[in-house]
Amino acid sequence: MVKQVITGNMATAMGTRLCRPAVISAYPITPQTTIVEYIADFVADGTLKTQYVKVESEHSAMSCCISASNTGVRTFTATSAHGLLLMHEMLEWAAGARLPIVLVNVNRANGPPWSVWADHHDTIMQRDTGWMSIFCENNQEILDSMIMAFKVAEDPDIMLPMMLSEDAFYLSHTSEPVDVPDQALVDKFLPEYKPEHFLDPENPKGFGSLVMPPQYMEFRYKMAESMDLAREKIRKVNDEFYEVFGRKYGNGLIEEYRCDDAEVVLVGAGTNASTVREVVDRMRDEGHKVGLARLRCFRPFPYEEIRDLAKRVKAIGVFERTYTFGYQGPFTAEIKGALYGTGVDIPIKNYLLGIGGRDIRTKHVRAVFEDIMKVAEQGLDQETKWFGLLDGNTPEEEL
Amino acid sequence: MSKHQDIPLTPINTESSEKVRTGDWRTYIPVFDAEKCIKCYICWKYCPDAAIKVKDEESLPEWDLFHCKGCGICAEECPKDAIEMILEEVE
Amino acid sequence: MIEIRFHGRGGQGAQVACLVLAKAAFMEGKEVQSFPYFGVERRGAPVTAFTKIDDRPIRIKSQIYEPDHVIILDQKLVRSVDVTSGLKEGGVVLINTEKPAEAFADLNVNVKTVNATQIAIDHGLGSKEAPIVNTAILGAFASATGLVKIESVVTAIKELPRKPDANAKAAQAAYDAMEGGA
Repeated sequence: MVKQVITGNMATAMGTRLCRPAVISAYPITPQTTIVEYIADFVADGTLKTQYVKVESEHSAMSCCISASNTGVRTFTATSAHGLLLMHEMLEWAAGARLPIVLVNVNRANGPPWSVWADHHDTIMQRDTGWMSIFCENNQEILDSMIMAFKVAEDPDIMLPMMLSEDAFYLSHTSEPVDVPDQALVDKFLPEYKPEHFLDPENPKGFGSLVMPPQYMEFRYKMAESMDLAREKIRKVNDEFYEVFGRKYGNGLIEEYRCDDAEVVLVGAGTNASTVREVVDRMRDEGHKVGLARLRCFRPFPYEEIRDLAKRVKAIGVFERTYTFGYQGPFTAEIKGALYGTGVDIPIKNYLLGIGGRDIRTKHVRAVFEDIMKVAEQGLDQETKWFGLLDGNTPEEEL
Repeated sequence: MSKHQDIPLTPINTESSEKVRTGDWRTYIPVFDAEKCIKCYICWKYCPDAAIKVKDEESLPEWDLFHCKGCGICAEECPKDAIEMILEEVE
Repeated sequence: MIEIRFHGRGGQGAQVACLVLAKAAFMEGKEVQSFPYFGVERRGAPVTAFTKIDDRPIRIKSQIYEPDHVIILDQKLVRSVDVTSGLKEGGVVLINTEKPAEAFADLNVNVKTVNATQIAIDHGLGSKEAPIVNTAILGAFASATGLVKIESVVTAIKELPRKPDANAKAAQAAYDAMEGGA
């Protein structure tokens, strides 16, 4: 293994090369663009043997991946924000057709207001498409997760596509040291994709055909069943990856950091968690019993882990870079839902931060911890807090 | 920074973008030598910011330095080398 | 943690500069993080970029608000952007300019200057209208702060895809110029 200082987008491109997809199709969009460029460089210099298909839109990119995947080969694409939204229809198709495509989405805010900065709304909007969904915290995790993603997705019991999310700029354009594993190790860990059914002129089959009402439910049930099985599969592949490469990411679904005797924890995803870790250490040094639970996997949702965590703490603050209009942050809603009927009735407060790429600083995280510690003692004062909102009431030190 | 109470529902510019001083982005400023100019107006055609003005077909080009970003395309394209880009002084 | 903030304009190479500096420090066994913050992707628009250097892995993902040092790729930014915002006591503010440091005495900080523009032009980096000054200024930074060795900067520059040798020479020339005069 060689450690290199590379961006999240380069980690994505190098991860792609290590996984040897036979077909890649993508359309450039800020801040994903350099992924497309780096992969083009690899194809041009001959270090990546793949069919790299230029298309005129993200809808076509996913269509191309679907067709290619149907021929029984490994396929990859990457996009961001509005590109992902344009793909939406074909995301549904990829999942329903049970094609283990891997997609890297560079999390970016949707417009308007026009923005190219980090926000989780684009990924969250694809919640119900049947794609597994994982949020990465650093560049190493992006590269490692690509290798694990194909392994999980291509498992005959799973056969669902997987989306990996990396925060715009905070990962996509941020350089940090990354261990790039040996190709031989990756090849051994991730063998060639060999599906049972594929398009083959020698052996004609039909794909994506009409299903009458008496049978549709069964297919959807099988999707739901695989998605549920994916929980265990993601945990298992995370362990197997650790055995070979020496790195793991919590239990694959969720990663607890100093939660053992914690009284309050923040639950967050993506790079938010990275800054929270630092604050947890600082506040622990001061004697505060605080912790972090990083939600790595959003679909399938790790409800068992959330229940287990909630039993041990006095309050949970959910730290979100997105919002569901008409209710509250999507992670918050899921976490509350997971606890229904368990008898656990602790305060859960939704903190919205960093929406549209607003910088999340250590002092913001500290202020949130101080607030949730107060909630743990005094009870919930409000369900959702738009943290640091410019409303004339925000204290100067919070901004 | 505006409070949310003070801004419209969606971003709306109530003033023309002509009021944005993109000249602030400039590192190099064009210096024009009228003696060399043959009034071909290639500079005017190429300026990506419409920051070169020509009144009529008899006039010399004039630079709108409020908007000129100092990209140097005019200097590059001028067939008579009548435009030179020089480092702009710090005020 | 040592934090360095770059101020430049789109096209001047601040993004590459922050990465090269990070790579140089990484070669010396440090943990690093670097990233740019640009608005519209347009040549000429002000951009900032950041390099963080530490002995342990860097987890804080936010921008730099209290820099140890500041590097300014375009002297005009000194008058249009609050370049010394949050600067730590004694931090170096390295400015690409043909002027001596005394010309910026009103900033009341430890200013050092280098004519990276001329050095870049002399080494054929960019055009006369748009010289790429990022590598030259890093050579000067190595001299001005001693934070990284010039050898590391040169080695990191040689990994660049375009004009690695000319860029490396420009960095060395800027380093030597600082040692000699500034």
